[in-house]
This record gives sequence, structure tokens and C-alpha cells, in this order.
Amino acid sequence: MANASAGKVRAVFGQADAQKQSRTNFSIKRQTGFGVIALFCFFLLYLPIATLVVYSFNAGPSIAIWEGFSWRWYVAAWNNNQIVEASTRSFIIASFAAIVSTIAATMAALATTRTRPYRGLNFIYGFINQPLMVPEIVTGIALLIFFAMVKIWTGYTGLAYLIIAHTAFCIPFAYLPIRARLENMDLTLERAAADLYATPWMAFRRVTLPLLWPGIIAGLMLAFVVSLDDVVITELVKSGGQDTLPTYMLGQLRRVVTPEINAISSVFLLISIVIVTLFFFLNRKRT
Amino acid sequence: MPVAASSSLSRAALVAAEADRREIRGRWLLASPALLIILFAAIGPLFIVLLFSFLTPADYGGIVWKPSGHAWFQVLFQKDIFDDTTTFADAHLSILWRSVKLSLLTTIMALAFGFPTAYFIATRPEKMRDIWLFLITIPFWTNLLIRTFAVQEVIRNEGIINTVLIKLGLISSPIQIMFTDVAIMLGMLYVYLPLMVLPLYASMEKLDFRLVEAGYDLYANRFQVLRRVIVPLVKPGIIAGSILVFIPSLGAYVTPRVLGGGKNMMLGNLIELQFGQGRNWPLGAALSITLMAIVMVALMVYVRYAAGSSENRHG
Repeated sequence: MANASAGKVRAVFGQADAQKQSRTNFSIKRQTGFGVIALFCFFLLYLPIATLVVYSFNAGPSIAIWEGFSWRWYVAAWNNNQIVEASTRSFIIASFAAIVSTIAATMAALATTRTRPYRGLNFIYGFINQPLMVPEIVTGIALLIFFAMVKIWTGYTGLAYLIIAHTAFCIPFAYLPIRARLENMDLTLERAAADLYATPWMAFRRVTLPLLWPGIIAGLMLAFVVSLDDVVITELVKSGGQDTLPTYMLGQLRRVVTPEINAISSVFLLISIVIVTLFFFLNRKRT
Repeated sequence: MPVAASSSLSRAALVAAEADRREIRGRWLLASPALLIILFAAIGPLFIVLLFSFLTPADYGGIVWKPSGHAWFQVLFQKDIFDDTTTFADAHLSILWRSVKLSLLTTIMALAFGFPTAYFIATRPEKMRDIWLFLITIPFWTNLLIRTFAVQEVIRNEGIINTVLIKLGLISSPIQIMFTDVAIMLGMLYVYLPLMVLPLYASMEKLDFRLVEAGYDLYANRFQVLRRVIVPLVKPGIIAGSILVFIPSLGAYVTPRVLGGGKNMMLGNLIELQFGQGRNWPLGAALSITLMAIVMVALMVYVRYAAGSSENRHG
């Protein structure tokens, strides 16, 4: 925008200005050293990740000394029962949490967009975003205390506690893209449907939902990644023998670390990157 | 049934009001699953924490239902076992101080690196910006533990930094970075940097470069333009980014645990300790409420400043 209008001004005032610009090569946007710092920053962001991935292919048992290329540690991780179990558990929890939180978030987004402000609207916003405000460790110990009481009352110690906990903190992440999508949709098509005697439910199924779908998928993916990544709350809420992949890794980091951990991390990274890339392109199409 | 004109009018108003009320009720109903889940598994339990901070610890973890203010006393003070004198709890104070100090340092460092990076992205051609932003977002969405572990591989004694420095002959023996406060700070900086860059970029993207141009026309040099034009205009982004880095740093648990080792604890680790080996749930609860309170103060400062700077803009 600013660029375009500056260009226009230059066009109006003729060539002289442009020539002067190119001669002195003075860019108003430049700040000395910023480019170098920025590129250094990107380098630092990717250096540790690159190191991690490279050493996952190490033939030797060390994460410091390179002894040649091998898939050895990927095979070892694949054959490690604890890792397979923890990964399966992670995926079960993340799937349930992502689906339930996305459904709840979609409903909440429909309830809070495209409306005149009503009493309690800000309250709902605040409530839904609350898990983003409170430090994870506090939510974690709060759930630890609460679920400890519930476990005594009910005697149930299964995965449901972890699923509920994950669902709660996934809701704001699922809610944001869905709400953004809804706010950009116009109401005309739904009004047209209503004019053509569609019941509210039919209008929703046939018009709103298909238009909203990319937002819902984006929300689902974010929720899935966030649930898959969680360490702190899971570590505090889990009962014995309920390790997810991240809490298993946290436990392993205390011992001597072999490239096996690098291998799991690399696979994990790949999954996150694939999902985030999909999310990125889904969001890009919209604009 | 006699129907007067006025009463039918008011009836129409009543029907409209009724429809309105029904619509709002429908909206609350739609929002209720999300609200109930969050109430049940996020907000509700916080009140239990508050309650537990005023109870007595049981011997093996858990609590006894006997009201007591002792946990709150323990947050800052301790009583000598022998002569009953009250002194400050040095261990707690030093952990509290380390948490605040490291969080502040992390925020400042993140700003020092994040500001030029966000500016760099914002001044790229429009099509390239998405790609650069994407490169910032990717590490952000990958697992926190994995990123912390990746940092560990770089800074450990046999890691890249030390290996390269030794090969270059700059040092003869590795510098001990792991298990120090510096390690924790570097880790948090690495992990939370995207949280600084993203809001900064959001406000720089809207920056009107005609104002920058005007600054140069008025004989300002680059630094003056930066300080007097750009920084004041992107102040909301600076504040938002700083808050977004400061708050999770203050409550960090994974990074200090992995990079700081057992000795260099932060508030998050101290809290967890009370529910593990410490077996003092009320103290853990009181410390959690303390952490929440500091976070709330930071958020209030943010709201106040953010509101203040948007008012200035209109004025």
C-alpha cells in the first residue's frame, strides 16, 4: 500500500526523482545491519533442528561424534515397544481431543460471529481464550489436584482425563481459524437459501458448512498439533503407564541419550511440518 | 377478545423481543459445549488450587481439610526448627528472582533479535513475506521439548559451538553452558522468539512508509528515523511481543528442567516439586497463585499500555 502510493507520487513528479533515487541508491526502508541480524536469526532458528535431524542418521551410538550414515536408530525406535505404545497413545489422545475441540469450537464460533453484540459476548470470548492466558504449569497442577479427587470418587483412571484436559486447551486454537473464516464469509448466500424456503438446518448443511469447511479443517489440524506437542499438562495429569511420546522423551532425556531420541524427534518434526504446511496453504488460498 | 390498536403494537414489540431473546438463548446454547469443557478442565480447577493453598498438607502428598495460612507464609518466609526465628526463605526468593531475571533477559534478547527480523520480513516484496513468515512459524509449531533438546545438542560440551571453537583454536577446553542460567536463557530465547516476531511483524506490516520518508525529508538520519518514527509507530507490536515472550518464560517448566538441570530451578519447577518429592500441595498451590498473580499484573500493564497507545494514535 505505502509502496504503491510512493510509486504514484514518484510517477507524478517525473523522472528526476527516480534518477536521483537510483543514483544514490537510498532506500527509505533500509536499516543498517537489520538484514544481517535477520538472516543470522533464521540461521540460528534452523541450526539446532538441522543438527538434530543429521545426527538421527548417525551410525554410531553418540549424538556428538559422526560415524557415518545409517537408518539404524529409526529401526531401533520402530522396534521399541515403549515408543510404539507411547506414539499410539499420543495419536489416540490427539485425535479425540482435536475432533471434540473442533466441534465445540465450531459451535462457539457460530455463536459469537455475525451478530449484534449481546450481553455476555465478551464473557464468552474471555472464557474461550482463557487457556491461552494461564501458564501451563498452573493449569497442569490444577488438573492434577482436581482429577486426583475425581479418581478417588469414581475409581476410573483411564485415558479420558488426558483427553478432556487436551480438549480444553485445544479449543482456543481450533476456535481462532474457524472464527476468522466465519468473519470473512458474507451472509448473502445464507439469506438466499432462507428465501428459497430452506430450513435453518438445511441452510447450514448446504450453504454455511461447505463454505466454512477450510476453516474447520485448519482448526482441526492446529488442535491436533497442539495436543500432540503438549508436555507439561500431560506430564502432570497422566496416571502411571500413560506416557505419551513427549513425556516418554522427557523421561529419556534424564538418561544417556542415543540417536534413537533424534530419530523419534525427526519423525515428529516431519509430521508437524507437514500439518503446518497444509495449514499454511489452506489459509493462503482463502486470501 | 377485544384487541385495541395500541395493545397489538405492544404485542408486536413483545414478539420481537421474544424472538431476540430466543436467538440469544440459542447462541448461548451453541457456545455451551466449549464453555462447559473449559469450565470443567481449565477454569474450575483453578478455584480448587486457590482453596488448597489455604489448607494443611498431608504427610504423603495431598491435603488435610484443615484451614491454614501456613502455605502462604512459606512462600516467602521460613521458621527455624530450633529457635523458631522467622527468616526469609532464601531458596524460594532466589528461584523467584531467577525466574523474573531470566524472563526479563529473554524478553530483551528476543526483542533485540526479533525487531530486526520482523522489520526485515515486513520490508520484503509482498509475495516473499509469506515465505519468510512461514519459516518463522515452522519452528513455532514443532514440539517444544524437541526444540529444547535441539538447543541442548548445540550448546552441550560436545556440541557444535564448543567443537567449532576448539577446532578454530579459540578455546582449549569446552565452555560449560549446559546446566547454567545462560543455558536456560538461550533455550527460552530460541523457543519463544517466534512469539516476539509475529506480533511485531503484524504491526510493521501496517507501517506507513510515507511517514518514514517524511522523516528523511526532514533531515533525520537512519537511527533517528528508527527511534523517532518507526519505534513509536510499532509500539503496540513491541508491547504485545514482549508480553507474549515474558509470560510463558515466567511459567517455563520444560526448558529449565532440561537445560538447567536440578540446581537451576525456575518457578515452574519449584511448583512441580511440591507435588512430587516436596509433598507440600498447599505450598505448591500458593506458589501457583503467586505465578498467576504476576502474570495478571503483566497482562494488566499490557492492556493499560495497549489502550494508551491506541488512544494516542487517535489523538
